[in-house]
Parts: sequence; C-alpha cells; structure tokens
Amino acid sequence: MLLLEDGTLREDGWHHVADDEAIPASGDITVSFTRWKEVGATLNGRSGKLGLRLDNTTAPADVAPDLSHFQLIVLNFPKFTDGRAYSQARLLRTRHGYKGELRAGGNVLRDQLLFMRRCGFNSFIVGERAVKEDWAKAFGEFDVFYQTAQDGRPWVMRQRLNAAP
Amino acid sequence: MYRYDDFDHRFVDERVAQYRDQVRRRLAGQLTEDEFKPLRLMNGLYLQMHAYMLRIAIPYGAFDSAKMRKLAHITRKYDRGYGHFTTRQNLQLNWIKLEDTPDILAELASVEMHAIQTSGNSFRNTTTDPFAGVAHDEIEDPRPYAEILRQWSTLHPEFSFLPRKFKIAVSASTEDRAAVKMHDVGLYLRRNDKGEVGFEVMAGGGLGRTPLLSHTIKPFVARRDLLSYLEAVLRVYNQYGRRDNIYKARIKILVQSLGAKKFAEEVEAEWLASDREAAALPDNYVREIASAFALPAYDNTPVDEAAFKRDAAANPAFARWLRRNTFGHKSSNHAVVTISLKPVGETPGDCSADQMDLVADLADELSFGEIRAAYEQNLVLPHVRRDALFGLWKRLEAAGLGTANIGQITDIICCPGMDYCSLATARSIPIAQDLARHMAAKEEAIGTFNIKISGCINACGHHHLGHIGILGVDKNGEEVYQITLGGDAGNNAAVGTIIGPALKSDAVTGGIDTLIDVYLKLRQDGERFPDTYRRIGAKPFKEALYAVA
Amino acid sequence: MQLVTGNRLRDGVPIYFVGNGQWSPSIDAAQLVEDAEADALLAVSQEGAPPLPAVGSVLIEAVRENGHIKPISLRERIRAEGPTTGPMTHQTAIETAAR
Repeated sequence: MLLLEDGTLREDGWHHVADDEAIPASGDITVSFTRWKEVGATLNGRSGKLGLRLDNTTAPADVAPDLSHFQLIVLNFPKFTDGRAYSQARLLRTRHGYKGELRAGGNVLRDQLLFMRRCGFNSFIVGERAVKEDWAKAFGEFDVFYQTAQDGRPWVMRQRLNAAP
Repeated sequence: MYRYDDFDHRFVDERVAQYRDQVRRRLAGQLTEDEFKPLRLMNGLYLQMHAYMLRIAIPYGAFDSAKMRKLAHITRKYDRGYGHFTTRQNLQLNWIKLEDTPDILAELASVEMHAIQTSGNSFRNTTTDPFAGVAHDEIEDPRPYAEILRQWSTLHPEFSFLPRKFKIAVSASTEDRAAVKMHDVGLYLRRNDKGEVGFEVMAGGGLGRTPLLSHTIKPFVARRDLLSYLEAVLRVYNQYGRRDNIYKARIKILVQSLGAKKFAEEVEAEWLASDREAAALPDNYVREIASAFALPAYDNTPVDEAAFKRDAAANPAFARWLRRNTFGHKSSNHAVVTISLKPVGETPGDCSADQMDLVADLADELSFGEIRAAYEQNLVLPHVRRDALFGLWKRLEAAGLGTANIGQITDIICCPGMDYCSLATARSIPIAQDLARHMAAKEEAIGTFNIKISGCINACGHHHLGHIGILGVDKNGEEVYQITLGGDAGNNAAVGTIIGPALKSDAVTGGIDTLIDVYLKLRQDGERFPDTYRRIGAKPFKEALYAVA
Repeated sequence: MQLVTGNRLRDGVPIYFVGNGQWSPSIDAAQLVEDAEADALLAVSQEGAPPLPAVGSVLIEAVRENGHIKPISLRERIRAEGPTTGPMTHQTAIETAAR
C-alpha cells in the first residue's frame, strides 16, 4: 500500500489486522475499534506499535479515553463526498489532544488532500495515480486560508488583525 | 462596498490556477466525470441540457458597475448575450464551454468576483436584504456579516463535503426581505438589553421535497461568537445529517427528526465544548470589515419637491413606477430603485448584455456605482436622488427595463425549468410568460401579489412560498402543474398547501385567473391573498377551480 | 427505437452517437436501433480511451419521420431544438450570438 506523507511517497509498514484474523505477536498493527473494545488490554504487552481504524460514524469522544494507546489512527472516507472524517480529525486533534499519526483512507483523491491536511491528517493512503499525477503538488496550491485549522498555517483574519496598526 | 485586499486577490488567483489544472486533467482523461463533477460544481459549473451552465456568485447580492460590465462582457464573449439572475442573488449563463471556464473565472477574478461554491454540497452564497445599508427600517447593515460569512465559508476545510448544500441568509431590518426562514440557517440581527449586537439563529428551513420553515435554536448569539456557534451547528450537521438519501440530507430533516429543542441542545453542547476563542470575531475586526460598507457621500441639496410632483402628475406611467419600484431610503433626498427584470411576456430574471451595460452606466451616473441583485430576480440601484428618478425611468423604459410591477402579480419568480435545466420535470418559463401576459391588465386591481413557479421539486422558484405557487411535474410524459395556495415569504413566512389535482399546461392560466377572481370577490379591506386564504380556507377556491371539471 | 445521446465534454453541446466512435451534434446523424439492440449500442458508445467525447450518455426513445429523427419525450425535443421561450423582445442577444 502506498502512502503519501510529508509530501513524499512511501510504502506502508503497518499490518492492518482484519477482525477475523489472529493478532500477530510482533510488528506494527492496526485494529478496528470493535476489535479494540474486545481485546484492547491484551494488546498492551505486544512488541510493535499499535494503531486504530475508525469508521466515520464513531464519535471521537468514544475513543478519547483510549487515545494514549495509539501511535496511528486511520479514518475512513467511504466516498470522497462523505465528509464526516474531516470533523472526526479536527475533534481528535483539538478537543482530544491526539498527537500521533492521523491517516486518511478510503476514497482519497488529489483534490481533497489539502482539506484533509488542514483538518489534521498527516498521511494519506493513495494509489499509483499519486505518482503519475504528482499529488504532492496539491498541498501547495493555496497559501491563503480563511479559517483557523489544525495545520498550523496562518489564516486571514489573524493575519489582518496582526497587520493592523 | 467590500474591496479585495492582497489576501483575497491571491486567493481567487490560486483558485483559478487550481481549477485550470483540474480542467486540464479532466480534458486529458486523468479525472473521470464522477471525480470531476464535484470539482466543477464547487466552481459553479453545471452540465445542463444544452451546454454547461456557469453560476456566478454575487455575494449577498451586492456588486458594482465594474463587475456588471465584466458580466456583460463575459455574457457577450463566452455566451449568447443574455444571462439569468437567480433566486440566490447569482447570475447564470446558459451556454458555456468547459474549455472556456478557466479564462472566464480569471476574468471574474480580475474584478473581484468568482463562482466558488455556487453549487455543491457545501456553503452556498450567503444572501441578504437587497436594500441592505440603505433601508429605512434597518437596525444595522447586514453586509459586513455576510462578507465575514462569505470568507469563513469559502473552502472551509471541515465543511466542504457536507451531506447536502447549505444556505445561510441574514436579515437586519424590521421587514425580512431575505426569506430568512426558508434557509438552512437564518440569522436575524438583534440587540440585547445592553444594546450589544448579536444574532437570533434559526435552523432547519428549506424548500424542496419537504418544505419546512426554520426554528429558533438560540435567541441571541453574541457577535463575537457568531463563527464558533455556526461551526458547532455545522459540525453537528456534518456528523449526523443523513447521507443515505439525497431527499433527506438537508439539515431541515435532521432538525425535524431530532426536534428543534434537542437539535439546539446538541449544538449548544458542541459549542460549549469547542475552542470558542480560536474562531472568536473581535469587535475591531468587524469594524474594519464594516468600514468598507460606509455609505457614500450623498448630495444633500434638497430635492425640488414641486418639480418632482409635477413630473409624476404629468406622467401616470412614471407615477405608477414610482409607487411600485421605489422604496424609502435612509436619506430623504434619495430612493432605492428596483429595476424589474420581469417585462410582461419575457423570461423572468433574464437580462441582456446591453441591458447589463446600461445598468452599469446608470449606476455610475446615479447610484455611486452600486448595484444589487434581489432574490426576487430583479436588480436594485440603492442610492438614487429623487430628482433623478424621472430621467432614470425614461432611460430604463427605452431599454425594456422600466416595467412597473415590483411586488405585483406579473413580478413572477421563476426557475429556468425544462427549457434549460437538466433536473427539471416540466417547463416553467412559458407558464410565467403566458400568465404575465394574461394578468397584466388586471394587475392594478389585484395589488400586491406574488406567483412563484418551479419546474421541479427542488423548488428553485420558491413555489411553496408563493401566494400562489406552481410546481411543474411530469405525469406519464405530460407536463402538469400543481397549484399551492397561501404561501408567504418574509416575516409571515408560510408554506402553501396543494389545492387539488394538478392542471394541464393549457389550463394553468385560466385556473389562476379563476382563483384570482375568487380572491378579488372575497377579500376584505385590501387583504393580501395569504390573509384571505387563511381566513376563508381552501374551499371557495377549490370549488371555483374544479367547478368545470 | 432508441439512440444514444450525451453532452460533448469540451463544450457541453448535445451530441448523438453515430457509430464507430463518432458523435454528431445533429440528431439526424444518430444511429437509431431497435429496443433489443439498445443496450449493446450504449456499451459500444462507451468504448475507447478516456476521456470519452460525451458525458452522461443515455439511451433515449426516438422515431424516424419524413427522413428526420424525432425524440419521443418533450425534454429530448427541447434538448435537440433549443428552448421554447422565444427571444428577448428588447435586445438582439440571440441573433447577434448566432452570427
């Protein structure tokens, strides 16, 4: 699986364990929220990092108490027109203080990448098209933003207020 | 009016460059139509029956002569010389080529315009009172807030892929001239006991298949909290609005299913948990934006009232136009002029490039360059000295823009319908044309009246809110028209009720005529139609309409 | 009888499938087939490397009359012949545009 992260493409090193699959003893893995609720505590002794896959109907508040266990959270866009994960991402980053890797999966397309990054995603599951069409360029298409967001970039109202005499 | 600063200029330039690349990728086969469609829609480009249609934003309906001339130029160069002003205070061009659209957007950007989010499942053009800033019954100018909302809602990273489109309207005067209650979110500007400015926030209004009026979800949101509160509304909607059924995806369905009270509680909880400071709207920022909307320096030489009265007395047609097409201005020497885009027998809302140029010239000469688009599909010159009205009227008359019918039965709101729109199920323009021709002679006797026509259930023609509403539907390949009675926009907003079986297209004008006759016979003391209807009920209308059959 | 129509990608003009990868803005040039062959015609019209010339291709019903092809539905007739609203009285927009 190909990942776009920090503007570069790399292979995904994580193993995404299906709900009916045995948990491997070592290596970096992700589990679904359902699986986590079943076996959460038993995963703590494993070697390797732990990640969580959330579907876009799970409220971030339900995961909040467990966030310290995860180095990766994968949010899902079942269709690129389904924007629920944008809100999940912002809530995880702001209200719940999640600092680890936040990954966008599912129907991830070039022209949504910038929105995703602004909401706090920092890695993206992409396909071969990303290489051919130079998707990394999408992050640089704008440097003017009208909203405060989670990518730390300046936004216009603040910039205007700072510039005011 | 608002002028772009460097940030705004850079933003629209970046947007044009991004879109140019998206079109290039589409034409090169890198994007499928399914992938490209939401991208072009976010720049206002539809694919209609005859060609692409570009919906150009006129944010909160406020523009000026330079923008109007550019619209005229684009209309001439890239289209067929006429455009259509819509119920969302936008302009639609019907015959656009995809390959021209990046250049058109670049031309728009050069005069501080764009077509961003005039379609798609995100924020649409924020609308407001076309008389904003000059209306005599205004609490405060709503335009600075509409501009702040325009910027905040432009490419919002979290809310660009909502379950469905999202429309906001702002009103700041005693009379609601923005149909606020039919919006996803409506804002009424209010002052609290301490004299501070804030907003009554309404949510859950909308037309379409399930017409609903909005409910107050918070009686007073302080100005400082406007954006953070709206973010809370949108976040609740984005997470819980339905995405399984396009007809149940608007916020109105969520508000209805939860109940307004529960929805308000959800929003309140979300808002209280959010970082309200991050998006706080400081007073000095509002002041800075508001300074762009300062009123022009009026010539306050008193109007020669005797000459004014003489002209009106000598020209009954001018007097009628004055009565119907002008509105009280904050300055007693001035008037707000509505230019009717509803000449009898023409397409409601259509305007030729030549007419656009003329309106631009008249705006420069007589109205400090300012023009407004009203949701009723007319244009407005907001600051005309009263002693210039006679000359203005004569020039408008000569260009086919002098129709004296604002708020009258021939001032019909009408969507493009099946003559242009690929969503339509029936034609609406020919119905409007025929009705106007037939009703023109009776107009004076009827008085204030509105007919609203939509060519499909999406209700772009606001038929639910018409005193008489007409909805065209397809019945086994034939166009038939459902008639609703008693709708109303503004302060007394009401959704009309269907009177009975739909009428065939050739029976619509006669049927409406029958309904009008019942109204004229039974109204009391100059009652408006919705009041008569509420007093006497549907029965007399129904009996008359279906008597023949 | 049915034919395949869509809107031309680059300018949105209604076009009709002629066969052999070709499309025409003239409905009279369209390949009109029996209902039983319609699905196959639609499939053939969608062959070729992206981007396809037509967007939103669909089958519509039509008949041949006096050597001309007439769509059955009012919507398709308007699509083929243009709006029924008539020109604006006070300007020559449509005429000048047709120059």
